[in-house]
Amino acid sequence: LIVSYHRKKKKISTFIYIPSTFIWRVLVCFYRVKMASSFARVLSSKRKVGILSLVGAGSLTVGFFLNKEQRVNAGAHVRRIYPPSAEYPDLRKHNNCMASHLTPAVYAKLCDKTTPNGYTLDLAIQTGVDNPGHPFIKTVGMVAGDEESYEVFADIFNPVIKERHNGYDPCNMKHPTDLDSSKIRGGQFDEKYVLSSRVRTGRSIRGLSLPPACTRAERREVERVVIDALAGLKGDLTGKYYSLTLMTEQEQQQLIDDHFLFDKPVSPLLTCAGMARDWPDARGIWHNNEKTFLVWVNEEDHTRVISMEKGGNMRRVFERFCKGLQEVERLIQEKGWEFMWNERLGYILTCPSNLGTGLRAGVHVTLPRLSKDPRFPKILDNLRLQKRGTGGVDTAAVGNTFDISNLDRLGQSEVQLVQTVIDGVNYLIECEKKLERGQDIKIPAPISQFK
Amino acid sequence: MHSSFAHLQGEENITEARGTGVDATMPFGNTHNQLKMNYTAEQEFPDLSQHNNHMAKVLTLEMYANLRDKQTPSGFTVDDVIQTGVDNPGHPFIMTVGCVAGDEETYEVFKDLLDPVIEDRHGGYKPTDKHKTDLNPDNLQGGDDLDPNYVLSSRVRTGRSIRGFCLPPHCSRGERRAIEGLSVEALGALDGDLKGKYYALKDMTEEEQQQLIDDHFLFDKPVSPLLLASGMARDWPDARGIWHNDNKTFLVWVNEEDHLRVISMQKGGNMKEVFNRFCTGLTKIEELFKEKGHEFMWNEHLGYVLTCPSNLGTGMRGGVHVKLPNLSKHEKFGEILKRLRLQKRGTGGVDTAAVGGVFDISNADRLGFSEVELVQMVVDGVKLLVEMEKHLEAGQSIDDLMPEQK
Repeated sequence: LIVSYHRKKKKISTFIYIPSTFIWRVLVCFYRVKMASSFARVLSSKRKVGILSLVGAGSLTVGFFLNKEQRVNAGAHVRRIYPPSAEYPDLRKHNNCMASHLTPAVYAKLCDKTTPNGYTLDLAIQTGVDNPGHPFIKTVGMVAGDEESYEVFADIFNPVIKERHNGYDPCNMKHPTDLDSSKIRGGQFDEKYVLSSRVRTGRSIRGLSLPPACTRAERREVERVVIDALAGLKGDLTGKYYSLTLMTEQEQQQLIDDHFLFDKPVSPLLTCAGMARDWPDARGIWHNNEKTFLVWVNEEDHTRVISMEKGGNMRRVFERFCKGLQEVERLIQEKGWEFMWNERLGYILTCPSNLGTGLRAGVHVTLPRLSKDPRFPKILDNLRLQKRGTGGVDTAAVGNTFDISNLDRLGQSEVQLVQTVIDGVNYLIECEKKLERGQDIKIPAPISQFK
Repeated sequence: MHSSFAHLQGEENITEARGTGVDATMPFGNTHNQLKMNYTAEQEFPDLSQHNNHMAKVLTLEMYANLRDKQTPSGFTVDDVIQTGVDNPGHPFIMTVGCVAGDEETYEVFKDLLDPVIEDRHGGYKPTDKHKTDLNPDNLQGGDDLDPNYVLSSRVRTGRSIRGFCLPPHCSRGERRAIEGLSVEALGALDGDLKGKYYALKDMTEEEQQQLIDDHFLFDKPVSPLLLASGMARDWPDARGIWHNDNKTFLVWVNEEDHLRVISMQKGGNMKEVFNRFCTGLTKIEELFKEKGHEFMWNEHLGYVLTCPSNLGTGMRGGVHVKLPNLSKHEKFGEILKRLRLQKRGTGGVDTAAVGGVFDISNADRLGFSEVELVQMVVDGVKLLVEMEKHLEAGQSIDDLMPEQK
């Protein structure tokens, strides 16, 4: 793919090699562009902005073709007054994935580039510069502002992804997507131990910038597209949307009592990335009447999708999860939209840690004896599971109840990861039962990571 | 206004860049003005229905539509100007401004928005008004005899911006470091009772840090969402630092909310001495910068140009910590302060409440009055307040001491 920008001629020329297998995606994008009402307005405007969107493994660009009255900005080089060495951040006290891989050379190579929407490297790394990290917890330290960020800044994203995803190499590996819940074996846990089951992921709407970079209009468009689709859900998925700006006091209290309400992010990891701008504009919560399927709109991602219920029926939770996701995808496609996805990275989300499946499947499980056993961490490790407190990622466990979920996100499919959780949690429960009976337990052999 | 960016843009004329003529991109989320142009002004206009700040009072859809395709030469857009006001609907104690400048040209390019904000904030200051700068301490009458039994400390602060560099909401790391470098160099040349030392925030030792905390000099990374939302705290603590003289009476903050914040202070009530040092120090620093070919952002209309429109003009807050336990409970306290053109704050600064009857009393105005005029108001006003306090202590009425509206 060659993009060349002639400053004097003030136009962009893009020479694109389009593998034939991806022509259909191009056509889908044009179709979408014609169908979506807001874009119809764009096309009919005097500016004649044409949007050619190409997504495919290995090569990605979005070029804006503009007529002579317009100045070109998309994909153009960024002017700097200072050399990269004067702009390079001081990362000596930093301990995050971005800081580990952003050498001065990589910075110099990427600092003048922008995605077609105008997102820059400095924007992507701002959160990592502002938050040096914690000696024990290694944060990612960078975000994507749009789908193209992962391509334009691949030289930094790829090593970060590889480190964060335990060796998954975006350059030569493919990510499998599988939302066929019928493939799951088992999935009904002993409810004496498992208190609740939950599966969450995220989805991004292709063609719109991600939360760190989106404009207010884009964010509102995401909201419109998503709630339009959710309104089409039927049966046990029928539900209602609660906009953060419009909800009543009663609605707010109910959502708090249900533990559904999300608040304006306070974590500097998120606020420094710009995700909380214009809060609470175009943010909201949708859930089905049965309160087992929940969608967050415009929080850390375009959408966060959660399926959950009390008890140990992970199988049903995952079935609903897949059904809901597939329905929503079908409904947005009817209107000419699609999710951000590619073969290399799976589903595209704001934080590189959520690429691939973006899936965290887990349970709240009581393990009074096992949790005190010194082999517990190793067992979890080998089962490729992680533990958290029941309040979520930054909390400690209360009593003997833990949040146990999959460690991996990228490189294995949804079905594989949920199966891993099912098998793993069953093993943990078996261990707990053995310890109850005074029997000894075994550390399981480590399961392979990339299947 | 000359922009140092002009020579870099080559063939384009960029005093007021329109559309996407400028490649320089924004560091904080609104880089892609071209992308926004794909949406209508209505679609992009912020929801200000819950808002109560100066920006929200002034910004109409029409104004937004007119300003949204403009950028300053360095790429600052109207959305960047207003982001902090959109993100922070209001404040419990004060009417916030709700907008910031990213560079000197912001005040020109977005004057349709900023002029009415300035007028509202600065007591009716018109776009055609001229601001007078007077840093001659000899013009101050009295001020050396405030009763130290009541006046615990005296302080004058202001800010300065270095022309040709972007302001804290917008500057890149390279620019910020350059500002630090220039400032440290200039401050390093001060001598006499102004001789001092620079402490970079990221390099200071534990002992230095503790000492600065004990002296109440150390400033921390901003936590106020008003500041954070504008992007001023990016890359903290890179290129931030504190300089103070050996006597600890003259202090300069580098790259906090403005390029430079200059503070002169001491215990007791000798405001004249404080103001003297303030003027001398500022004038010296300005000379030193000029020697190196740099000047401060200043113009006839807005005086000294700073990040927040509330600090234009003198950018000066001159005040005292004063004990007024009786007067502060008097029903006319607020009215008295208003007539004297003074404001009260808690002793912890702008967002705090008073402790033990001790108040921070300072000038309410910044723009439209000179530095000397403002300090004169403080000196005369505080003298009267102490007088009233003494009356109330003695059980006397203060009715005949009530001042006229200044």
